[in-house]
Amino acid sequence: MTPPLLTLTGLTKSYPGVVANEDVSLTIARGEVHALLGENGAGKSTLVKMIYGLVTPDAGQMVLNGKAFSPDKPSTARTAGIAMVFQHFSLFGALSVAENIALGMENPPKMRALAQQISKVSDQFGLPLDPSRIVGDLSAGERQRVEIIRCLLQDPKLLIMDEPTSVLTPQEVDILFETLRKLRDAGTSILYISHKLEEIRALCDTATVLRRGKNVGTCVPRDTSARDMAELMVGTRLHDPERRDRPKGATVLDVTNLSAASHSAFGTSLKNVSLSVCKGEILGIGGVAGNGQDELLAALSGEIRTKRGMISLDGRDVGHLPPTSRRALGTLSAPEERLGHAAAPDMSLMENAFLSAATRKALTSLGFANWGKTRGYADEIIARFDVRTPNNQVAARALSGGNLQKFVVGREILQDPDVLVVNQPTWGVDASAAAAIRQALLDMADAGKAVVVISQDLDELLEITDRFCALNEGRLSASVPTTELSVEKIGLMLGGAHDLETANV
Amino acid sequence: MDWSAINPAFYVASVMVAATPLLLAAIGELVVEKTGVLNLGVEGMMIIGAVCGFITAVETGSPSLGFVGGALGGAALSVVFAVLTQFFLTSQVPTGLALTLFGLGASAMVGQSYVGIVPPKMPQLMSGAELNAFERIVLGHDAMLYIGLAIPVAVWAVLRFSRLGLILRAVGEDHNAAHALGYKVMWIRFGAIVFGGACAGFGGAYLSLVRVPQWTEGMTTGAGWIALALVVFASWRPLLIILGAYIFGGIAILQLNLQAAGSTIPVEYLSMSPYVITIFVLVLLSALHKYGISRAQAPAMLGRSFHASN
Amino acid sequence: MYKLEKRPNPSNLWAYLTPFLALIATMIAGGIMFWMLGKPPVDAIRTIFWDPLFNEQFAAYSRPQLLVKAAPLILIAIGLSIGFKAGVWNIGAEGQYVIGALCGAAVALAVYPLEAWWIFPAMVTAGAVGGFMWGMIPAILKIKLGTNEILVSLMLVYVALELLSSMSVGVLRNPDGNGFPGSRNLQQYASAHNAEIWQGSSVHWGVVAAFSAVVLAYVLMSKHRLGFQIKLAGAAPKAARFAGVNPHVITAVCLGISGALAGMAGMFEVAGPAGQVSIDFASGYGFTAIIVAFLGRLNPWGILAAGLLMSLTYIGGELAQFIIGLPASAISAFQGMLLFFLLAGELLVNYRIRRAAPRTVKEAA
Repeated sequence: MTPPLLTLTGLTKSYPGVVANEDVSLTIARGEVHALLGENGAGKSTLVKMIYGLVTPDAGQMVLNGKAFSPDKPSTARTAGIAMVFQHFSLFGALSVAENIALGMENPPKMRALAQQISKVSDQFGLPLDPSRIVGDLSAGERQRVEIIRCLLQDPKLLIMDEPTSVLTPQEVDILFETLRKLRDAGTSILYISHKLEEIRALCDTATVLRRGKNVGTCVPRDTSARDMAELMVGTRLHDPERRDRPKGATVLDVTNLSAASHSAFGTSLKNVSLSVCKGEILGIGGVAGNGQDELLAALSGEIRTKRGMISLDGRDVGHLPPTSRRALGTLSAPEERLGHAAAPDMSLMENAFLSAATRKALTSLGFANWGKTRGYADEIIARFDVRTPNNQVAARALSGGNLQKFVVGREILQDPDVLVVNQPTWGVDASAAAAIRQALLDMADAGKAVVVISQDLDELLEITDRFCALNEGRLSASVPTTELSVEKIGLMLGGAHDLETANV
Repeated sequence: MDWSAINPAFYVASVMVAATPLLLAAIGELVVEKTGVLNLGVEGMMIIGAVCGFITAVETGSPSLGFVGGALGGAALSVVFAVLTQFFLTSQVPTGLALTLFGLGASAMVGQSYVGIVPPKMPQLMSGAELNAFERIVLGHDAMLYIGLAIPVAVWAVLRFSRLGLILRAVGEDHNAAHALGYKVMWIRFGAIVFGGACAGFGGAYLSLVRVPQWTEGMTTGAGWIALALVVFASWRPLLIILGAYIFGGIAILQLNLQAAGSTIPVEYLSMSPYVITIFVLVLLSALHKYGISRAQAPAMLGRSFHASN
Repeated sequence: MYKLEKRPNPSNLWAYLTPFLALIATMIAGGIMFWMLGKPPVDAIRTIFWDPLFNEQFAAYSRPQLLVKAAPLILIAIGLSIGFKAGVWNIGAEGQYVIGALCGAAVALAVYPLEAWWIFPAMVTAGAVGGFMWGMIPAILKIKLGTNEILVSLMLVYVALELLSSMSVGVLRNPDGNGFPGSRNLQQYASAHNAEIWQGSSVHWGVVAAFSAVVLAYVLMSKHRLGFQIKLAGAAPKAARFAGVNPHVITAVCLGISGALAGMAGMFEVAGPAGQVSIDFASGYGFTAIIVAFLGRLNPWGILAAGLLMSLTYIGGELAQFIIGLPASAISAFQGMLLFFLLAGELLVNYRIRRAAPRTVKEAA
């Protein structure tokens, strides 16, 4: 038996309030494709950052090639033969492929020699790429190839890939897998981080599953069913969600074949999204971030204006209306980005309350702001939602994540909307604040309002939603009652299958 | 109007001289903007260069040393800008304006006792009234003009082919990614700003030592602002700076010649033509960009502050 | 090693302290500059900052001049500050000032020698409209094509200055002026003259307008929804979009207001202290107003104070020119330095300086 390439023993890392990794041990053999599996927040990123030298473990050891290994920065890890392709690329759009690769290398050769090396590696591993092309013109898959080739030119022993297929088309996924197999056959090990079960079953030799920072098991994906892996990932806490007997009212929000381009350069455009929400109902939209969640919220809030006939509220066509009009009609939203989008970081809580509530709470008369009334409203939000802050004059950026989120969500709820759309309502929020927010959303539905919750947090969606659909690459699946969700269906949803039907694996 | 009063050879030679300060200031600012920094203080750095160059030349008797003095003066002033924007994280627009204002005032103070003095003359490669057209245009200039022409070419080569140029461009495109890759964004920008200051100072010195040649306060009359427009005109491409500077120099000299030759067009409309043309060019470039015909060339980080703790 | 740490809340203490510290630092640095040039530092600083207010020999003349010089600075700076808060950079106020003056004067000269009560208000309106239109050129180009307003507004300054020259010797030239360049003197045309309202106070309508602008700007920015939207657009563009703010409206409003105010300032000046349309009418108020806006930290009351301070430096500069032979434009150096120190001091409002722990491993986001 050849000795393993990398052994991790008892790695632990904590941050204030959360234990990211607890006593994690795993072994990566040579020439192996090793999957690191787990939900969002399971601790995969932190573990990998420790291997790559971005983070120092609090406890535990690493042994690479038989020698103790504790990198203090990425260049040390790179010299030791570890390369990493991040989920978010560090690429310069206006520069060429060769120039981008040169920038990421310590001592790059001259351009012409580098271009030749790039072509050679790209042919060798089946990653077609022209060194002279401008990166800004490349598709996401091609850009990833730039990152991969940059790694390969350093001749790595271990290649770490973080959620590599989240931005790829199915064809690009096939090309990538071929490359990874070639690499493995050439003796390089690959640590493949993902939560997509069918892919892992198709590609990986071994899989280690993390859950809440701990290693909960290792398996051979080819011999394990998707259902079993999902159960490892998600745990046996998958109880039947409480049946909620809430009277459903009429349909209040109706989205029909919504297609809209993203407002940002690297966003995901929406394609033929259809959904409807009734009064007293909570619709959950799941899916990994980056699949159109921001765009969907922007289309519903009015920041993106759509063609007529795509969005209607109580039967009234609203897709072309701007945010202020939609607020007046009763649709409110809470964007994902707290600081900068939902709230202005340098403005006070009072001003941030005005930002959204001016219309519905009648905080102006003849255009003049009634700051006294606004202060009152801000104080009401602070009191009702237990926002820990000395007063309403404090700048938004001074609040902790959980408190600001309570304020932002509370600001919308207390305006008594008919429809409320929230994006990642409890992301980065401490447990008690998260519970309070979820309860507030449930209370809204109990009061007969319609709520749309866009979230990556499976627990949350299971806990509070009545119906459930998945957003993937700008497309929305058909919705399913939450009570009918099984572990298998959830795993497939997590795996990115579009229709919650069995994937052809 | 008497067309024969305009001698083509003289005209071209004058255009070359007029274009040189613009060219120098613009190429310096181009490098600065390539790293993502907008320095509106070009006018201030130019005029400081003009006065420092003038004083150095007069005191040392050597016009060549004068140019060195001018470049050093411009560079020294630019250090203030660099420290403020990179270390104190000040907003680039008002800081640049303050630089211009300060430069104009300080140069007036410093140059007060040098008004009316004739500086030592820069030797020309060939001079005299009996030169033929070719000699006058190509060979009848001082060394600094040729150096001035070489600088944009050198900048083009460095930006295109060298690692330093690659890093400069990367910083201007995405300073966060550059920082993530380990490059020292702040120091790279600092260096670029100082280079820009030296070039602007060099250009200013050319004004006071060759083009005019004299010292008067405020003698740059907006050349620094035109240099800023030139960078946009050239779409941040070094070689096009030469073209742009020559076009503007050409218009400036042409309107002077037309006035001298008794043109009936009111002098003010001729004088405003460079500025109006600049506006048209800016509008044209934006329209081309908006309708997708030309790709945006401005460095993506232009004007944005960088704070490493992001 | 030190590192900068962003404060959770901007520091009010430093926000108030910074302008004073900047002033003191400028006086010190200016003194050093004088000393290096062989001029007596303390005398020079005193001449610029102290004498115009308190020296018996000069103050009687200088003090009233404070308001006269401050009025256009304040009026223009108020308009500019509204734009700067939104991130709309109007650098061409000097051009809008000139065009406003030309339009206002043109109205008066067109109806000369008629005397009527409506002439002056018509001039004020013309001045505002002229400046507004000149400011809308960069606005429209920015809204329609995304053209950068800094360069466009700046180039228009030079165009305006040439128009000024051309009209001084052409269309607006005084027919009774013996061929000299320059228009009729509006100080001698009663209906058009922007005279002192109260004898000896040197308060003319421009001063009234400036103070009114301060109050109106205060009301707009702190009490009106539009003011809030302007601030939001500059502070957090994404949040502004979320709140339903239309960026094109903001651009148009900011450039329009600042253009109109600058135009009015020009008109008050040409019909008052300057008196006539002439080639050297423009004295750089439009550029100095930019400094005043920042010195006042983009706040109406701050601008009021900063305008008076800047006016003091202008008068002090003239005094220094007279007494110690300082060139007139040298005062720009002081104004530039004031802004440097103020901008540098801003750092402490938003950041703390902390001693950094020795680097272990950086935690990447």
